[in-house]
Amino acid sequence: MPDLLIELFSEEIPARMQTRAAEDLKSRVTNGLVEAGLTYAGAAAFSTPRRLTLAIQGLLDKSPTLREERKGPRVDAPEKAIEGFLRGAGLTRDQLIERDEKKGRVFYALIEKPGRPAAEIIAEVLEDTIRNFPWPKSMRWGAGSLRWVRPLHRILCVMTTEAGSEIVAMDVDGITASNVTEGHRFMAPAPFAVHSFEDYAAKLKRAHVILSAEERAEAIWHDATNMAFASGLEVVQDKGLLAEVAGLVECPVVLMGQIGAAFLDLPPEVLQTSMKEHQKFFSVKNPKTGRIERFITVANRETADHGATILAGNQKVLSARLSDAKFFWENDLRVAKSEAGLSVWTDQLSNVTFHNKLGSQKDRIERIAALARELAPMVGADADHAEQAARVAKADLQSQMVGEFPELQGLMGRYYAAAAGLPSDVAAACQEHYSPLGPSDDVPTAPVSVAVALADKLDTLTGFWAIDEKPTGSKDPFALRRAALGVVRLILNNDLKVSLLETVWRAFSDLPDALLETTLEKIADFEDQVANYLDMDVNEVFDARLSREDKSGELTLTNAMAENPLSQLIEIGPRALLGFDLLNFFHDRLKVYLRDEGIRHDVIDACLAMPGNDNLSLLVARARALSDTLKTEDGTNLVQGFKRANNILSQAEEKDGVEYSFGADPKYASDPAEHALFDALDLAEAKITPAMTSEDFATAMQAMAAMRPAVDAFFDAVQVNADSDVLRRNRLNLLSRIRTICLQVADLTKLDG
Amino acid sequence: MTPARLKPKQSETHLGAFRMDQTTGTNAGKPRSFQEIILRLQNYWAAKGCAILQPYDMEVGAGTFHPATTLRSLGTQPWAAAYVQPSRRPTDGRYGENPNRLQHYYQYQVLMKPSPPDMQALYLGSLQAIGIDMGLHDVRFVEDDWESPTLGAWGLGWEVWCDGMEVSQFTYFQQVGGHDCHPVSGELTYGLERLAMYVLGIDHVMDMPFNDPHSPIPLTYGDIFRQTEEEYSRWNFDVADTAILLQHFIDAETECARILDQAAEDPKTGKRIVMAHPAYDQCIKASHLFNLLDARGVISVTERQAYIGRVRTLAKRCADAFVTTPAGGWAA
Repeated sequence: MPDLLIELFSEEIPARMQTRAAEDLKSRVTNGLVEAGLTYAGAAAFSTPRRLTLAIQGLLDKSPTLREERKGPRVDAPEKAIEGFLRGAGLTRDQLIERDEKKGRVFYALIEKPGRPAAEIIAEVLEDTIRNFPWPKSMRWGAGSLRWVRPLHRILCVMTTEAGSEIVAMDVDGITASNVTEGHRFMAPAPFAVHSFEDYAAKLKRAHVILSAEERAEAIWHDATNMAFASGLEVVQDKGLLAEVAGLVECPVVLMGQIGAAFLDLPPEVLQTSMKEHQKFFSVKNPKTGRIERFITVANRETADHGATILAGNQKVLSARLSDAKFFWENDLRVAKSEAGLSVWTDQLSNVTFHNKLGSQKDRIERIAALARELAPMVGADADHAEQAARVAKADLQSQMVGEFPELQGLMGRYYAAAAGLPSDVAAACQEHYSPLGPSDDVPTAPVSVAVALADKLDTLTGFWAIDEKPTGSKDPFALRRAALGVVRLILNNDLKVSLLETVWRAFSDLPDALLETTLEKIADFEDQVANYLDMDVNEVFDARLSREDKSGELTLTNAMAENPLSQLIEIGPRALLGFDLLNFFHDRLKVYLRDEGIRHDVIDACLAMPGNDNLSLLVARARALSDTLKTEDGTNLVQGFKRANNILSQAEEKDGVEYSFGADPKYASDPAEHALFDALDLAEAKITPAMTSEDFATAMQAMAAMRPAVDAFFDAVQVNADSDVLRRNRLNLLSRIRTICLQVADLTKLDG
Repeated sequence: MTPARLKPKQSETHLGAFRMDQTTGTNAGKPRSFQEIILRLQNYWAAKGCAILQPYDMEVGAGTFHPATTLRSLGTQPWAAAYVQPSRRPTDGRYGENPNRLQHYYQYQVLMKPSPPDMQALYLGSLQAIGIDMGLHDVRFVEDDWESPTLGAWGLGWEVWCDGMEVSQFTYFQQVGGHDCHPVSGELTYGLERLAMYVLGIDHVMDMPFNDPHSPIPLTYGDIFRQTEEEYSRWNFDVADTAILLQHFIDAETECARILDQAAEDPKTGKRIVMAHPAYDQCIKASHLFNLLDARGVISVTERQAYIGRVRTLAKRCADAFVTTPAGGWAA
């Protein structure tokens, strides 16, 4: 069976696209071949800066013949129908066969598609792949209309069998497939022909090209670590950089150079960032001092002077870069240590627009500072420090260093806040308040950092909610999902007992009316929504609202919501609904987060349906406890028992038109199982009620699950719908107790199954 | 590459002794001055068939703004040109003190339409022509996509690194003035000062020999530009009258639109004369005035986008006009 070798040779492919492109080439070509009936034994893809390569082993030399039987119209069908069938099948009338069936004699067409030689199929599939390649960005060149990531120069397409090799004949926009490729651009530029993958790989190696990106990366890492080790140093690991550098060279040559003594005092992060971002250098540090003392660069060629010229050039470029960085660092430090300190920068932030509707960065900082102060006691932070940290956390955005290296924002803030003599928890918050950025990013734990991080994210969320710029589908230009997940993780990791609803209402109240105008106009059915939320009659809400219309009061973050939710909601007005909407968004993020933790969506729904669901720590503690309970046999069976009780009860209540919520009386208990259930319920209740008060969900749920034998035994022995009305009513009231006990733990009706 | 050396004449030795093979445009040995590097590039690209143009006589931020690039990259007519373009970036002024930053500097620009298949090789040849030995240096093509929001243009290509330093931009234009480029132009931009400093081994731009250091009157870059850098830095940052600049911006914008609003047929000659170039001059003016206003720090972040959008609108209208002229491929 033949092997196939394909190479697409082009001008330099961006490093970040190479790996994906090699995989795309493999999947598109192999899928196309298989679809056309050409199966294969194995395939491997490779990439270098100038080539994508695909090697396929054990390909069929032609596609199998396909036979298809197609049922047609009846023999006595109208002429037109038969003609249509013939056209579709590509046959003539005499080629059809007739068969007797229940409904009469029917035409059948036997269509045979002969197999096609592999070369023909390969040419079609490869052309289609090239023309429709999923580059993130592609271009045209010269006078042609073909698109590729950069100009495509050669198509190598060779089939190899025991008998020899042949070029697969094809042509894409004037590029004719051949068996020829080129080696390293400078070290071995002469074209050469190949006849198999082994031959290709060997000749490339001789032409100073390492075909496999992994092999290049390994070679780089091996040489770099050895070189550093020989000087008693170590290379700072950076997988992303390693992959990128491996995509910039075909013939990696590792060189280590010195960093000028004048620059060694720069913060290590500055050295590292400057070297990585601008020069793609690896940092080499002294393990004893932790300082970065040298760099490693990877050249794409060997030279007669063993890289001396290349290294000297790189060193010179680095010096120029670091001179800039040092200049910025020294200027920034001068500002930070001046009398005005960081306020020089924060004042400038009034000229920096955050968003044209949400005002300047300075406006935003004012809001974050107020909110951070408010949150401080809830997270155990000093309120003054939290406010102060919020006021300087964005100062470094105006520093020269962050202007040059935006990725150093926060970190530089920490250095400059420390230089300005601010408390260390304030300085730390400058860096940490951006965290957590991604789902695996570390979550801050220092109280001041937590307060500012929460305030920052909540301000972003309430701001964009207020102007109705919510994420839709895949569009989330302001990274609001990330911000919401950040809030969720800050609360959960620090086990904060925060009422999110009241907190976001507070944040909404800081936003001017004019800003919310258009958004609030859309909330026409305020009374309906409030009524729905509080499960009240809409007229009641309406009346309550009318009666309060002329009163205006300050919004206070008390437990007013719990005491008098209606008046609280009316007080807040339509902003309250934005809060509900935002809370839903947090709940959505939370669901995704808990799903990754292995907690079922129906478990989360069962807990979301309980009051206090804006306290995420509580909500999650409940969900985790319920999830654990459901993993026990008692737990799952108890839920079945609960559902059975609930079903019987609901049906009876519907039929009788009453609610069975009077306490059952043990004196009417006739069966021992019934007595036992009374005892079990008393026992459970005695444990659950205090456990719930202290928010110990695990204990509460264990106690609930412990009712299981009694509940099961009751259903086995006792008929609820007894002939005696007294007995029946008493038993229904008993079931009602089961329901009440269970429902105070979680809304078990929401559970699947 | 074994260039047949021309024996330098006495007068050439005086001028800087550039040893040039007139047929291949290649040279031997290291250049000795800034101007020799420019002359070698001129000769090289002349030998490769480019029309060697002169700088455009207006203030621009980059060589791309020269109509020989912006407008000629549009339409179907073949084109090959190379030129030096003095470029001004008012915000980069450092009073002549920074070793690498200037508010006035030179770019070398090459535009070939359609881009030839061996454009990369041609480019590498030009590096050799200015004395970069490919056997000793590490030249790399590193992804860098180009976009000019003011020109409504973008392209894909690379920044070219020599031993880790960016020495040129290499771009295949995909769109200019909102028009798809077909055929595609290949554009090369060399930052001349930086490249020359590297080749000549100079650390501070002002120390770079402008003419041959062995000339009777040797001149450094600083002899010629230190004072002007200082003068323009002061004017750009602190003195330029922003009210006047703003008025000039509005005037240029108005005039550009007015020119393009004229009927194609000239009532005096009766000929069809679309005034794409005079209109484009006004667009260039507006763009530079915006840069000056920016350097004066009077444009806020939000206004910035609006100004850029206004210049882009002009650039697009000029491009629309150019493709209805003979040079833009329009045929009656």
